[in-house]
Amino acid sequence: MAFEPVLMRNVGVPNSTSIAVYKARGGYQGAEKALKMKPEEVVELVRRANLRGRGGAGFPAGVKWGFLPPKRQVTYLCVNADESEPPTFCNRITLEHDPHMLLEGILIAGYATRTTVAYIYMRGEFMEQFHIVQRALDEAYAAGYFGKNILGSGYDLECYIHRGAGAYVCGEETGLIESLEGKRGWPRIKPPFPAIEGVFRQPTVVNNVETLACLPHILTRGLEWWLSLGTEHSKGPKMYCISGPVNRPGCYEAPLGLPVRELIYGRDFAQGMRDGRKVKAVFPGGISMGVLRGDLFPRAPQGPIDPAQDYDELDCRLDFDDPRRYGLLGLGTAAAVVVPEDVDIRAVLVNVTRFFAHESCGQCTQCREGTAWMHKIARRIQAGAGRLCDLDLLVEITENMGMMPGLSICGLPDGAAYPIRLLVQKFRREFEQRIGAQAPDAAVRTIKTLNPAAYALPILHGRARAHRGGTLLAPEEFAEV
Amino acid sequence: MSWRAIDRKVLPEDKLGPGLSAAVKEKIRSFFPRYPTRRAVLLPALHITQDALGYISPRAMREIAELLELPPAAVMDVVTFYTHFWTHPRGRKVITVCRSISCELLGGNELLEALKQKLGIDEHQTTPDGEYSLMTEECLAGCDHAPCMLINEKLHKRVRVEDLDRILADPHNDRLDMPRSDLFDAPGSERPAAAREHHGV
Repeated sequence: MAFEPVLMRNVGVPNSTSIAVYKARGGYQGAEKALKMKPEEVVELVRRANLRGRGGAGFPAGVKWGFLPPKRQVTYLCVNADESEPPTFCNRITLEHDPHMLLEGILIAGYATRTTVAYIYMRGEFMEQFHIVQRALDEAYAAGYFGKNILGSGYDLECYIHRGAGAYVCGEETGLIESLEGKRGWPRIKPPFPAIEGVFRQPTVVNNVETLACLPHILTRGLEWWLSLGTEHSKGPKMYCISGPVNRPGCYEAPLGLPVRELIYGRDFAQGMRDGRKVKAVFPGGISMGVLRGDLFPRAPQGPIDPAQDYDELDCRLDFDDPRRYGLLGLGTAAAVVVPEDVDIRAVLVNVTRFFAHESCGQCTQCREGTAWMHKIARRIQAGAGRLCDLDLLVEITENMGMMPGLSICGLPDGAAYPIRLLVQKFRREFEQRIGAQAPDAAVRTIKTLNPAAYALPILHGRARAHRGGTLLAPEEFAEV
Repeated sequence: MSWRAIDRKVLPEDKLGPGLSAAVKEKIRSFFPRYPTRRAVLLPALHITQDALGYISPRAMREIAELLELPPAAVMDVVTFYTHFWTHPRGRKVITVCRSISCELLGGNELLEALKQKLGIDEHQTTPDGEYSLMTEECLAGCDHAPCMLINEKLHKRVRVEDLDRILADPHNDRLDMPRSDLFDAPGSERPAAAREHHGV
C-alpha cells in the first residue's frame, strides 16, 4: 500500500504558507471538529492514538496532558521549535512550508488542555521562519482561529512567538521554560514536572512542533487510519531527515519503523551514496542518540542482535523501540547523517565532542567538565598523540555523567555520553589502528607543535603578579597595580 | 588586616556605550502585555536592542534592567549565557558558518578556512573596516543544504568555496526577500555611527 504523506502534504504547493491555500486543501477542519468536542474527549482521543512526542524523548502526548491538575485557572502551552540538534531540520520544513498546520495543532492542543496562552519558542537563528510563522499567525488571528471566542465556542487562546538566542539546552523542556521566563536556559530539577509547575509557576505543557502538527490529521482522518500506520508501540507518520554525502539529502515522510537502509538507499528516499561510496557509520536519530555501523562491515548472520560484534547495523528500524536493541538511546529526532567510508572516524569524534562541550550549559559539574575533557581527549587522538587507555577513559567518563546514573539535572549529558561511547565501542578497531600507526614520540612532538610555550615555561613563581623582581606582592599593594 | 573591596568593574560614563532610544524603549514596552512577568520580556528586549545598536552595551543593559525592573546583573547574566548576543560591537554583517557534522562532511571546514583567508580574520573577529564579523555555529538546521552559512539573517545554502567571491561581492547578501514582520527589524537598522567607532573594533 502506497503511503500518502500528510505532514508534508503541503510542501511544494505554491503559496502553501497562506491561510487560503491551507484551507482550500482541507486545513482547519480538524480544529473545527475538535472545538465541537469536549476537551476531555480530545485528550482521550490523543491518548488512544498513542501519539508519542516527536522531539526526542518519545513520551506520549496524551499522557503528558493528563498530568495537568484538574482544578487550574491558567495553563500555558509551550511549543518547542528550538530545533538545534545536528543534523535535524524537519521542524524547519514545517515552519517554512506549512505554518498553519502547526497553528492548527496548537489550537487543538490548546483546546484539549484548556490553555490560555501558547508560546512558540523558536530558535534565534530561524529568522526567515519567524517572519513566515508570524505572518501566518496574523492571518489566523484575522480569520478568528486565535483570540477571544474562537469560532463561537467560547474558548479563548492567545499565541505569541518567543525567539530564543542560540542555546541547544533550551530545547530541554525546563530549560525552555527558564529561557521563556527571561533567565539563562538552565534546566530545572524535576519534580515538580512542568505539568504541575512550569512557566511562571503555572501548569504548562511543552510539545514539539511535529507532535502538534500530527494532531489535525488524527482528528480529520480518525483513529483507525492513525493506528494502521507504524509499528506496535510507535504509531503514525514521521518526518525523516537525511543529510551527508547522499544523492538526495532532504526530509521525507514515512510511517514509523522505516529501516535505515531504506532511508539511505530507497528510491523514494536518499537514493544511495554519492560516488557509490560505502557507509561507515550512521547517526540515525540526531547525533545525541548514538551511532550505527554501516555497510562497510559484513552483514550479520540471522539470529539475535549483538552490538558488540562488528556487523552491519543498517537494518535498524526507526521507531521508538528498535534503536534500543542496537545500544542507542532512542529514536531521537529521526534525523540521520551518513558518514562515508573515507572519513576518518577521529574527525567525527572531535566534531561530536565539540558540539557537546560547546552546548553544555555548565550547571552540573560532571557534564560541564566531562564534555570538555572528552573534547580534549578527542583532539589529542586526532592530533596523533592518542593512547589506547584514552579509549577506556572516554568510556569511563561517559558512564559517569548522565541522568542514567542519576547525576545530572537534564538529559544533555546522556545525549553526549551515548554517541561518544558508541563511537568508541563500535569503531574501536579503527581507533586502535590509528593509534597504533602513530610515531612513538608522537605525544611529545604534538605538544611541542601545538603548544611550544608549555616547554618554555619557567618554574611558576606563585602568583602571576610577581613581576617585581620575582617577589610576591603584599595584599596591600594590590590596589596599586 | 582588614578587607578592602576593590571595585574594578565600575565603568566610567564615557565607556558605557550607546543607550536605548525612545522608539526602542517603546517597542520593548509593547511586548509587556504578552507575558505575565516583566522579566520574561528580557529576551525580546535584548533582540530589539541588538537589532538597533548592533550589540548590547553596558548602558543598554542598565536601561533594560530599569525598564524590566530587574537588577542589571540579571540582564548581564542572560546576555552572557546566550551565544546570539554580543557584548562588544560587531561588524555590519555577521557571517555564521555552520560546523555541524553534516556540513563538516561536505566541506564546511574548507569553507571556514577560505572565509578566514578572504576576510583576513579569525573566528570571533571583525574586519578592520567593520563590515564583516566571522562566527561559527553548531548547527543552523540547514543540513540538507550543507554546507551552509548565515549572513545576518540570510541563509546561504550549498556554499562552495568558489561561490564565496560572488556572495561577498553582493551588497544585499544579508537581505531576506520576503514580507517581514515589523516585530523584529533587520539587524543594524537604526544603529548610530558612533556605536561602530566607539571601540574601534
